[in-house]
Amino acid sequence: MTEYLKMDAPATERRLDDMAQGLVGAPLDRPEGPLKVTGSATYADEWQIDGMVHGVMVRAPGNSGRVVLTNSDAVAEMPGVLAVIQDDRLLRNPAQGTADAAPIQGARHAAYHGQLIAVVVAETFEQARHAAQSLQVTLEDAEMVPVDPATAATEPRENQALDQGDLEAAMQQAACRVDVVYTTPSHSSSAMEPHASIASWDGEELTLRGSYQMLKYNRNELADSLGVHPDRVRIVSPYVGGGFGSKLGLAPEAVAASIAAKQLGRPVSVALQRPQVYEATMRRSETRQRVRLAADAAGRLIGLGHDARVSNLPGETFAEPVLQASHFLYAGANRKMSLELARLHRLCAGSVRAPGEAVGVTVLENAMDELAQEMGIDPVELRLRNIPDEDPESGKAFSSRRFRDALESGAEAFGWADRPGVKERREGEWLIGYGMASAARINVLKESEARVTLLPDGTARVETDMTDIGTGTYAILGQIAGEMLGLPYEKVDVRLGDTTLPPAAGSGGSWGASSSGTSVYLACEAIRRQLAERLDVSEPDLMLKDGCVTYANQTKSLTEVLGGDEIAKLGHVVPGETSKAVRQATFGAYFAEVAVHAASGETRVRRMHGSFAAGRILNAKTARSQCLGGMTFGIGIALTEEMAFDPRDGHVTNSNLAEYHIPVNADVPQLTVELLEERDDWASPLQAKGIGELGICGAAAAITNAIYNATGVRVRDYPATLDKVIAGL
Amino acid sequence: MRPFDYRRAESIEAAPRQAAAGAAFIAGGTNLLDLMKLEVMAPETLIDINRLELNQMEDTADNGLRIGALVTNSDLANDLRVRRNWPVLSRALLSGASGQLRNKATTGGNLLQRTRCHYFQDRTMPCNKREPDSGCAAREGVNRGLAVLGTSEHCIATHPSDMAVAMRVLGADVETLKEDGTTRRLDLDELYLLPGDRPDRETVLEPGELITAVLLPPPIGGRQTYRKVRDRASYAFALVSVAGIVAMQEGRIAAANLAFGGLAPKPWRDPGVEDVLVGETPSEALFNEAADILLSEAQGFGGNDFKLPLARRTLVSVVSELTQETQS
Ligand SMILES: Cc1cc2nc3c(=O)[nH]c(=O)nc-3n(C[C@H](O)[C@H](O)[C@H](O)COP(=O)(O)OP(=O)(O)OC[C@H]3O[C@@H](n4cnc5c(N)ncnc54)[C@H](O)[C@@H]3O)c2cc1C
Ligand code: SF4
Repeated sequence: MTEYLKMDAPATERRLDDMAQGLVGAPLDRPEGPLKVTGSATYADEWQIDGMVHGVMVRAPGNSGRVVLTNSDAVAEMPGVLAVIQDDRLLRNPAQGTADAAPIQGARHAAYHGQLIAVVVAETFEQARHAAQSLQVTLEDAEMVPVDPATAATEPRENQALDQGDLEAAMQQAACRVDVVYTTPSHSSSAMEPHASIASWDGEELTLRGSYQMLKYNRNELADSLGVHPDRVRIVSPYVGGGFGSKLGLAPEAVAASIAAKQLGRPVSVALQRPQVYEATMRRSETRQRVRLAADAAGRLIGLGHDARVSNLPGETFAEPVLQASHFLYAGANRKMSLELARLHRLCAGSVRAPGEAVGVTVLENAMDELAQEMGIDPVELRLRNIPDEDPESGKAFSSRRFRDALESGAEAFGWADRPGVKERREGEWLIGYGMASAARINVLKESEARVTLLPDGTARVETDMTDIGTGTYAILGQIAGEMLGLPYEKVDVRLGDTTLPPAAGSGGSWGASSSGTSVYLACEAIRRQLAERLDVSEPDLMLKDGCVTYANQTKSLTEVLGGDEIAKLGHVVPGETSKAVRQATFGAYFAEVAVHAASGETRVRRMHGSFAAGRILNAKTARSQCLGGMTFGIGIALTEEMAFDPRDGHVTNSNLAEYHIPVNADVPQLTVELLEERDDWASPLQAKGIGELGICGAAAAITNAIYNATGVRVRDYPATLDKVIAGL
Repeated sequence: MRPFDYRRAESIEAAPRQAAAGAAFIAGGTNLLDLMKLEVMAPETLIDINRLELNQMEDTADNGLRIGALVTNSDLANDLRVRRNWPVLSRALLSGASGQLRNKATTGGNLLQRTRCHYFQDRTMPCNKREPDSGCAAREGVNRGLAVLGTSEHCIATHPSDMAVAMRVLGADVETLKEDGTTRRLDLDELYLLPGDRPDRETVLEPGELITAVLLPPPIGGRQTYRKVRDRASYAFALVSVAGIVAMQEGRIAAANLAFGGLAPKPWRDPGVEDVLVGETPSEALFNEAADILLSEAQGFGGNDFKLPLARRTLVSVVSELTQETQS
């Protein structure tokens, strides 16, 4: 029996507040944590399967032309080599998140340098790697193709264009205006675990052990890529060593492993080499952003413009949604926005850590800082003055929005009042500055299903193909089920990451916890009703706690009530009217203190604070960890992260963890996080919104704004590496 | 990685003979193995020297220190004598790589680590260092990390070591053992070659020549520091680094020793820079004059142009610090 909910009306009952177990919201440890830190959680490439052989993929040495393997016969004869495979079904690039179908395929033509155009399989990994490196690849009839977004042809994204009122006139009338151009570079997700898949066929049935974020989509993508029915494909992915968007869609290694395994009749493992992760998975598009702000004399926006250029490979429709939060974060009657997509031959652009807002809110928040500076208004005050009453474009109400509280409470917690003037504070050779920025991210609910089984021994099992990519899904689903069924945390066994289980929303877009959590909640509600039926009471009169049911002044153990039976229910949620009736988003504010070295221009973040509101917090510990991670990404965006493309052929020149600079421990100071109490009835019956990406969305601007406060230097070309800082010192 | 033979060095004396042409010594392997995986280096044989008795640190008769070639970067950095008498070396080591790498990396291997130039590591790209006469992809490519001094039209790579910069300022010698059983002592200026038209040749070492030790001369008076400027706070190679030892006397600079990393194909030292400082009273103008000398022949290649102002600013800052502190 299925408990089905289409989210058409706000869930005003707030039932979780009435439950007795006290699990939801508690800062509980992740149940799988000990497995991970002791190395006993099995990640994709760690499965040992009888008869398994190894495949290593081969990269295209250029960005165009027909791929010719000139010595594949000789390579096929090398020790241990079983096959050299070039197959039209190999992926040109990974699938975009939620694609649900194969991406562009084909290995006979190079579209970007580093594209994976063949796979060499051998008995051992070392043999395969050496053979793959020995394969000579030439590109015939290669042409000059565009690799630079500044000069490549662009296409307007009409569906992203907005022209409301008259921005040009508002800019004319404004008491103060800002018109600035910022650029942000491409970013790589840089997950610790490289993409890896092990494919094994049993007749026509394929099992793929992979590292993926959204299994129900991935299964369809894989089936479609191979030309088989999805029913014949199973994907298993219980642990994912970080995804950050790069494992949303099916990637080339999965298809290569599946084709090779079928051809050889043996299980085949294909793990991407670290440089291949950088060269052939997904990048965040670089952006060029123009922001226009027109303010009246009181610092109230009368106009807001945001025009962005992003890029992608020919044929790909994804365009970094830079403007996403610019539509609703601030007031301003006259609004103009546009997005254009440059077509070029760098690796595929897709979702990387908060696509859109990570860079879009960041630049908007830099422009707001410029306006505050220009007008002599405290940057926090400027934001407070521009919080719109309702969505400034659609006129819809906000579902919940503790934006003002986050700004005020964050400023208080950080000690913003002590903010120095520009270039005012110095400690020895270090220039000290404060900066702040707002945080905003859209909230999304996605279809999701889960089965919950209350077992005769009074324990429960949660089953869904939802994934845990290091975020805490195992924890929160166990907490929700335990809360609803009155069971201690340890009594709930959560099983994830297998497409034989009910299909979930997947991890991405910050929607995983609330969507998948709601499906678990619904299944539990159905179980509660069944228990109530057995006891002949009405369900709301049940009090479930510590494995016991209390009703009408009596208490019984669950085992007794079950009497040897089990109760299994499926929860199924789909988005409905509440997604359209109101504007749903999460909000927050960041505050940073930096020290900039007066001689070298090196910036060190000294401390950073974030105050966030994202509806009900399901686990205060894992939620905080998400925010810490987000702010750490913010440090990377602000100071260090940049994919460096060769200007001639667009290949990635920093394709390893030594040269692609994500922040290391020494770059990350004391970070503090405040989570504001909030309930969002429109978001889901959990009253929870997504928190996964909120901590990134604007974080970098707090740091670069602090650099300005310290030095008087505005770096408008991210990241703010020392060369750009000293140029202005 | 190409298949290779593996042999243990039988003894210090035998090691150079075992490492005939086509072989490579493996010490910590932190650089060699990475390059072998990329097939940028493909020795037919590895001679494992890790069990040789080359991991001692001994005082020398002249109050210097003899550092065995296998002493790890961690042990060397943490040695009390080094921290007390040659702190610039300790600081340089600790600014390099990560704790895990330093535990593995050795003194000899560190000196001989290869450039981090991306194009050197990518076999699909032309690189004169990897493949003589194929061209240099870095000149018009991404060259943010590469050299502005001592380059040639054939190669603009930097030597990435921090340790070597400190050893250069300390005037350390390298002791080697050749295949024919003879030993020699080379200072670091002699050890490293500039690229010229043979960037594939990085040192004067002959095939099979084993580094047995590094000899530190007695401590030099003055204040010592190692300043490393880089793109993140840790675990990044130097964009510019300065190893400095400056002694003051009655308000004047009595001695100045300065070596630079991140700027050149080898740890860089320019006597002209030191000469202009000695005997003078410290001033920003003086330090800038020193920087003028350092950079008189410096040339950027676009992405690394900023190293010129950065080197100047860092030099000025380091020498100001060293002269101020000794004054007070
Ligand atoms: C991610 C990363 C970051 C790093 N960051 C830094 C940094 O910031 N600063 C820095 O200075 N370094 C850095 N390094 C480099 C590191 O210091 C070197 O890899 C290390 O010092 C090499 O020592 P090893 O013993 O491992 O050498 P190996 O890899 O074993 O050998 C290197 C070379 O030296 C030869 N060799 C070794 N010992 C001898 C000997 N006794 N006689 C003759 N030949 C010999 C080998 O044949 C080989 O050619 C980094 C390395 C990595 C991987
Ligand atoms: S700079 Fe030197 S190492 Fe780099 S590509 Fe040119 S020749 Fe090769």
